Amino acid sequence: MTTPLRPEAEFRQHLEAGRFMLLQARGSGTFVHPPRVAVPGSGETDLHWVPASGRGTVHSVTTVRCKPPAADYNVALIDLAEGPRLMSTVIGIAPAAVHIGLAVLARIEATEDGPRLVFAPADASQD
Amino acid sequence: MLGFPRGKTAIVGAATFGVGKAPGYEAIDLAAQASLLALAEAGLAPRDVDALFIAQPQDTLATLSFAEYLGINPKLSDNNRSGGSAFLLHLAHAALALDAGLADVALIAYGSNQATASGKLQQTSRPSAWEAPYKPLRPISSYALAAARHMHLYGTTKRQLAEVAVAARRWAQLNPEAVARDPLDLDTVVNARLVSDPLGVRDCCLVTDGAAAVVMVRADRARHQATRPVYLLAAASAVTHADIAAMPELTVTGAAQSGARAYAQAGVRASDIDVVQVYDAFTINTLLFLEDLGFCTKGEGGAFVEGGRIAPGGDLPVNTSGGGLSHCHPGMFGLFTVVESVRQLRGECGARQVAGAQLALAHGNGGVLSSQATAIFGTADTL
Repeated sequence: MTTPLRPEAEFRQHLEAGRFMLLQARGSGTFVHPPRVAVPGSGETDLHWVPASGRGTVHSVTTVRCKPPAADYNVALIDLAEGPRLMSTVIGIAPAAVHIGLAVLARIEATEDGPRLVFAPADASQD
Repeated sequence: MLGFPRGKTAIVGAATFGVGKAPGYEAIDLAAQASLLALAEAGLAPRDVDALFIAQPQDTLATLSFAEYLGINPKLSDNNRSGGSAFLLHLAHAALALDAGLADVALIAYGSNQATASGKLQQTSRPSAWEAPYKPLRPISSYALAAARHMHLYGTTKRQLAEVAVAARRWAQLNPEAVARDPLDLDTVVNARLVSDPLGVRDCCLVTDGAAAVVMVRADRARHQATRPVYLLAAASAVTHADIAAMPELTVTGAAQSGARAYAQAGVRASDIDVVQVYDAFTINTLLFLEDLGFCTKGEGGAFVEGGRIAPGGDLPVNTSGGGLSHCHPGMFGLFTVVESVRQLRGECGARQVAGAQLALAHGNGGVLSSQATAIFGTADTL
């Protein structure tokens, strides 16, 4: 029996506690993100939270150009190792250096609006 | 006929109004003005309309407000909001309702005063909670992500994207109604200020005011109209996602589905189409839609448009009004692809007229490549 799921609220609670969690269907093993009450398509509802590996690959990236003094920044789509793709940004690297295929690792970054999930190049993650 | 009443309905009125800047008008005024012009072509008054289809930029209950404004008492109304493609979905639904005898006169309308009201694109939806923390420019960054992926997979270049903008501009120069008619060359587009890489400011549609409207009736009634009827042979759509992260494949849009269904309904192929209007919010759109609608194979869109192939004098006339890039872009451009298709098939396009055009394809896009809708129109000879 599954406990009632409050997908977005629980995701954010985990993030605030420093955890990047994904929903996974117990039966099929399918990972779901953004969080929701059922697996899209199949409608499976046997979802539970599991820690994400944090590993991902840049699927596509765009640099948003800003008027100085504001700095340009990148918006990237990240393919998670578990399957889902999400929008994020790659930090710790010049926006123009972020490229499709770059291996990245998840980090949780504090912002004025609360914690957000970001990614850093995998080869720099041990710094 | 795959469930679609091919050629059983026709457009008997089509109009635009306030294209460019229309100071002093509210959005609803503009939609009403275009509707009155379209109805006048059909010899009809607002009270004759019994099926109303409208999606306004910010009025989410527009079927109610517009019915009140024009004195329409619709027995069928549809405020379907799929983004800029909505009006092609309205076409599909209007055709089904008219053919079934549920209504006799359908009006599809749109109007926006975004340029004079705010000077920028009016957002019709709230940012996704899953995107907002990363501040993508809405909607250009989503299209830029698709463009970057297309470049990565297929070697598409910024110069090939620029061909789309230059072709649109050359068509616009032949359209007195078009807003952007100054000369534009490839270098200017390629070197324009970047907004969200790889897309620069010249890869982006205009921000204008404008309104459009069409009137549809059953084909038997259409034959008695003063204007030359333009028959609806097909209308099909598909939704694949909402946010760009959920798009199944960034370089393959739902146009591949809606196009295939539309061709099957109409009983024609891409190679039969004489004139094409696709919703070119950004230059990458035209490449993706030409590929997905079968005018070239996947990945070859860039090479396909080189050398002015879709410009005046080229092999395939695309976006003959100048499109969203150079004709106008009042927030949701979908209905303008329909009006231009009608004008081409009536043969009233003057310097930009595609000689002998019998089959026209209009394609609408909504959201961030999320909703796709394809319509195919024909002259009486194609029935």
